[in-house]
Formats: sequence, structure tokens, C-alpha cells
Amino acid sequence: MAEPLIEVEGLSRYFDISKPWLNRVLEREGKSWLTAVSDVSFTINRGETFALVGESGSGKSTIAKMIVGLLEPSAGEIRFDGRPMTGTSGATMRSLRRRFQMIFQDPFASLNPRWHVGDIIAEPMRTFGMARGGETRREVGRLLDLVGLSAADAGRFPHEFSGGQRQRIAIARALSSRPEFIVCDEPTSALDVSVQAQILNLMRDLQDEFDLTYLFISHDLSVVRHMANRIGVLYLGRLAEVADGKRLFTEPRHPYSRMLLDAVPDLEMSGRRRKRVEGEIPNPIDPPSGCTFHPRCPLANDRCKREEPRPMDSGTGGAVACFAVEEGRG
Amino acid sequence: MAEPLLSVRDLVVEFPTRRGTLRALDRVSFDIAEGEVLGMVGESGAGKSITGAAIIGLIEPPGRIAGGEIRLRGERVDNLRPEAMRRIRGRRIGMVFQDPLTSLNPLYTVAEQITETIRTHLSVSEKEARERAIALLDQVGIPAARRRIDDYPHHFSGGMRQRVVIALALAAEPELVIADEPTTALDVSVQAQIIDVMKEICASRGAAVMLITHDMGVIAETADRVAVLYAGRLAEIGPVRDVVQAAEHPYTSGLMGSIPTLTQTADRLTQIPGAMPRLNAIPTGCAFNPRCPKVFDRCRTERPEPQPRPGGRQVACHLYSAEAAAGATHG
Ligand SMILES: Nc1ncnc2c1ncn2[C@@H]1O[C@H](COP(=O)(O)OP(=O)(O)OP(=O)(O)O)[C@@H](O)[C@H]1O
Ligand SMILES: Nc1ncnc2c1ncn2[C@@H]1O[C@H](COP(=O)(O)OP(=O)(O)OP(=O)(O)O)[C@@H](O)[C@H]1O
Ligand code: SF4
Ligand SMILES: [Mg+2]
Ligand SMILES: [Mg+2]
Repeated sequence: MAEPLIEVEGLSRYFDISKPWLNRVLEREGKSWLTAVSDVSFTINRGETFALVGESGSGKSTIAKMIVGLLEPSAGEIRFDGRPMTGTSGATMRSLRRRFQMIFQDPFASLNPRWHVGDIIAEPMRTFGMARGGETRREVGRLLDLVGLSAADAGRFPHEFSGGQRQRIAIARALSSRPEFIVCDEPTSALDVSVQAQILNLMRDLQDEFDLTYLFISHDLSVVRHMANRIGVLYLGRLAEVADGKRLFTEPRHPYSRMLLDAVPDLEMSGRRRKRVEGEIPNPIDPPSGCTFHPRCPLANDRCKREEPRPMDSGTGGAVACFAVEEGRG
Repeated sequence: MAEPLLSVRDLVVEFPTRRGTLRALDRVSFDIAEGEVLGMVGESGAGKSITGAAIIGLIEPPGRIAGGEIRLRGERVDNLRPEAMRRIRGRRIGMVFQDPLTSLNPLYTVAEQITETIRTHLSVSEKEARERAIALLDQVGIPAARRRIDDYPHHFSGGMRQRVVIALALAAEPELVIADEPTTALDVSVQAQIIDVMKEICASRGAAVMLITHDMGVIAETADRVAVLYAGRLAEIGPVRDVVQAAEHPYTSGLMGSIPTLTQTADRLTQIPGAMPRLNAIPTGCAFNPRCPKVFDRCRTERPEPQPRPGGRQVACHLYSAEAAAGATHG
């Protein structure tokens, strides 16, 4: 039943953050690199929502951009429906490109302010030669209707809409090339909770209706729990844990997953005391040795400081990269 | 009852614009007791920040307080001269804003900024001020405070900088701290630390806190009471447990239901249809009436005033107006 749509294998991305050449020569410094994503592997099955969570700077957006082709991977492979996306020729890539879309965090920045809403939504259709003339207009009207706006809104400009409405426009645009797969990078982080609920409900309805597959990125664990079938927890560009959606919340295995869950404020007021999280996310330019989480980990030992743990079968249908779990200490 | 530390009565804030006057706050009233944490929630544009700005006298002209009064320990502070207000700011009311960089001067070391604040407001020696600054940094959880105090703000991470800002806000031992979205710019894991630190240190010094945030989870854990604003008006105010677990105002109920939690099982989130009105298009009667699932005739014509409810709660909704309660036909 689980049929992989996206396969990510050994994906890495480094950024050159060196000072200009002359400064380096004068200050006798070498090149410096920032590791944003390091050796990440996961699979997204058709029709499911796979979520990536992690603190700011953990590499979520970098992975998203590599998957939709906005950024070249430094190493590793991404396959879409069994076909490699890296090193693919123009024509094949074009036919693949039609099948996925991206929705960004900021509905204020992601829509061209000088275009009519109708043209914004029609753009992917036009790019891929999918509709012409009156047909395009009808299709735009249908999409606006689908996301809870009206066909008459096609003639207005983005600034005439609220944040939640703009995110609906972005969703209508993403749907217009009839994609199978949508990457959603923090689609509701800029919105109020009441508006967020509207958008999340809409995204789930659309998923059911069109059998969409989502990569859903968020730092809000409650939102992720509501949306995801499976979840990958990122820490400093590495996958700490991949787990079944509900399972991550009942049986988190990686110490970092547990720490993240403990930090979520408690709306039920069950009296659960939040644990204080120790330390802050370290510098990705000079990451800690061994397991990069070891300086903040309550279970760290000498081995964790020397060796880097590999993802292992967690025994609960996921994978965990942690020596404490591997050795039965956690 | 003891006199409240802060008392806001019928506060009106207006912004004159070319197309008419916008009323950002419309007759908002609430109190903050000594040592109390009052949470303030509401959608973007509801008037949370403007409420904070009005209290500390920082409404940007041409915006102005157009009605009502604000009292600090019984004394009017809404009509003070700028010089007198400046003395209250920092000394009696401390501030923590969302972005730590706006509160810290990048050109001065942390030591210089905190000791300067202490010495402006309290008569202590340079040496004494420095010792107090180190103790404060220590209290907000800056490791090796004695060594780090001579660093510049940019040497600290985002979470550390926000701790420095909290230390700075508390330096002159204010009676009230206004924290406007103090953790929104920070990471999830660090947010919890900062809120804990702020709550503990204010409690240990007996300072009251007005905590403005979008995050109901933070409010649920931190505040004693919570005020819910909608379109510049107070919808509901009361003990946090009552309001979060058994909201009375239809807007508050909708808001609570729309928040995903770590334990809920429902497939769909409750959603409030529509959006909050713009300030220039607030409906007559109850501002929430076009979106309200319980709306009835009276809501469209008459504005509901806050009604006292059991347990010290107040709700501005006709479902709870005296006559409606007597008739008991709605609910
Ligand atoms: N173009 C770039 N040049 C240099 N460094 C970059 C670049 N893009 C991203 N980075 C760095 O890569 C790391 C991962 O960034 P990324 O944007 O993927 O994080 P994220 O998990 O999406 O965080 P956030 O939650 O803040 O959006 C960060 O340390 C970031 O500073
Ligand atoms: N200088 C100004 N001129 C005109 N209107 C203003 C001005 N400052 C604020 N407003 C309006 O006052 C209303 C309340 O703003 P306020 O900043 O208090 O909202 P808020 O509840 O803090 O929202 P957020 O959650 O987005 O910070 C908004 O509708 C805003 O547009
Ligand atoms: S006054 Fe009427 S419209 Fe307003 S919240 Fe109450 S029931 Fe709804
Ligand atoms: Mg990102
Ligand atoms: Mg604000």
C-alpha cells in the first residue's frame, strides 16, 4: 500500500561562508563552510503528509528548497516517482516540475504585488501550457472557489487581502498545475490561530479530494501532530528521529525529541510541568564532535562525544540516531 | 479590596488619518493587581500592543489617548508631561519587546547598559550597580555572568540577548513589567526557558506582569488572569483556568477550539468563519456579530458591555446581559 513518491537519500548541503579572497589571504584564513543539511535520508509515500520539525536553523527550508529544485544538493539523491531529479535533462525535469509545487511561510512576500490575483493563480498553468484563454479564466474561478474565495477576486491585487486570504491565494496557485506533491514551508506560521485553523482544515480537505502528498514543515509540534502521518525530527541538519505521527508524541525515542515535546506549553492545564530545556542550538559552522546533540543531552557519554550515531531501526516503525537508545540506556 | 497596581478605565486610543479617525481601542477597562501576571491575547490587530504602548505613554503621534484614564497605584499617568512619564518608564514600569535588538544598543557593552539604567533610577555607586547587574544576569540564567557582562549584545545568541533584555527591564526594580511578545522571535525550546525565567524573577521581586502574546499555551501556563481583545474591545477577562477551559464569550470559545493541542483527537479544527473587521469597518452592535454562531437580533444593533460573571470574570456578550439572563432563552 505504501508507495514511495519521494525518496531522499544521503542528502547534504554545504554553504560557502568564507570571507572574500583578499581578506582570507591577508588574515591567513582558510575557506569556511556551514553544513546546513548532512546525510539526510527519508521516504514520503503517496497520499501521506510527511512533516519535518526542528528548531530555527536546523535545515528544514534548505531540504525543502532542494526537493523542489530551488537549490542544488552538495551530495545525495532525490527521486520523484522513481526518477532521479538530480542531473536530469531539461525536458524531463520540466514534466516532473509540473507535478510538484511549493507554498511558502510568508503570504505577504510570496505573491507578486503588481499582478492581479487571477494572473498569479494562472501562472503555473501558463508555464506548463495547461490551459488557454477562457478556459484559464474558468479554471482560476474554480480554484478561487475551492479555497473559499470567489471568482470575482481574480481581478483584485494581493494587498487587498488579509494574511489568511493571501495564503488561500497561494494555495490556489499551487494547485493550478494539478500537482501531486506540495511542499509547505511553515504555511501558517505567519497567521493567527483562528486563521490557521481555516487553512489547516482547507489543506486536509484538498488532500482528501485530490489525493495530494505533502511535505509539511513547521516548528509548531501541535500543528504537526494534527497534520502529519509521519514525522522527521531534524537537529543541526541531521535527522535525529523519524517516527509515525502519533507515536512520536506517545513514545518519543530520541532524547532531543523528548526535549522538544517537554518544551510545548500545556493548554490543557493538566498540571504537567514543562521541563526546562538546557542550552541552545549550537553553531552550525563549528558543530560539536560526535553526536551533535551531546552538549545538551542528559544521556550523553564518552562515545557520544567521539562517534556520530547512524539512524537505526527504532523498533516502532521508525528510525533513531542515538547511542543511548542503541545501547538500551534511554 | 486592595487598590490595584494598575487600573485602566474606558481607554480609547485613536489614530487620525486622511480618511477619518480610526479607533484602535474602544473603551477598554481592566486592572492588574500587585504581583499578578495578566495575559493579553487576541488576533493580529486586536489592539494588544497599543494597550501596552498607551500604558507606558508611547503612542506614536498623531495617535492619541482620546478618552478614559490609566492609574498607577491610584495616580493618573495618562496625562503626564513627557519628562514625568520618562521617569516612570524604566523606573516603575519595565518593558520587554519582541525583538531584543531594538532594546539593546549595539555600541555599548551589556555592563554599560544595565549599570547605566540602574544608576539613572537608583542612587547607588558605580561598583554597587555593577554587582547588581551581575546578580541580575546570573538570575536570568546567563552562564559566567561576571565574565560575559563586558561583552557586546551581538556576542550573545538570540535567547541570551532576550535574557539580557529581561535583566535590563528589571534593573530598576519596577512594579510592573510589560512584555510584548517576548518570545515570538525565539526558538521553541528556548521560549519555555525565557518564560520561566521571567515569571520566576518577577515573582521573586513582587513585580506584576502584563504578558502580551499570540500563544495561548504560554498564557495558560504563566498568567493568573487573561484578557481577550477583539477589534479594539475587551471580549472577556477572568481567571486563566476558567477562560481557557470554559470560555463564555463565543469569540473566546472559537479561539480556544481552533488551537491544535498535543492530545486532541478531532480530525478537524474548530474554525471561526471570516476575519476580524478592519478598524474602519467595525460592524454596529457587537463587533463579533457577523462571525458569531450565536448571534441574535440585539447583537446587530446594541453594543454589549462587559458583564460581571461568577468567579470574577467579565464577559461582553448579550448572551450574558442582564435581561437575556433573566429571559434565559439563548445559549
Ligand atoms: N544561502 C545561505 N548561505 C549561507 N547559509 C545559509 C544559507 N541558507 C541557509 N543557511 C544556513 O543553513 C542553516 C539551515 O537553514 P534553514 O533555513 O534550512 O533552517 P530552517 O530549519 O528552515 O530554520 P527556520 O525555522 O528559521 O526557517 C542555517 O544555519 C542557515 O543560516
Ligand atoms: N500608527 C498607526 N496608525 C494607524 N493605525 C495604527 C497605528 N498603529 C496601530 N494601528 C492600528 O491599531 C490596531 C491595533 O494595533 P496593535 O499593534 O495594537 O495590534 P496587536 O493586537 O498588537 O497585533 P499584533 O498581534 O499583530 O502585534 C491595528 O488595526 C493597527 O492597524
Ligand atoms: S453579543 Fe451576540 S454576536 Fe456578540 S458574541 Fe455575544 S452572541 Fe455573539
Ligand atoms: Mg525555514
Ligand atoms: Mg502587537
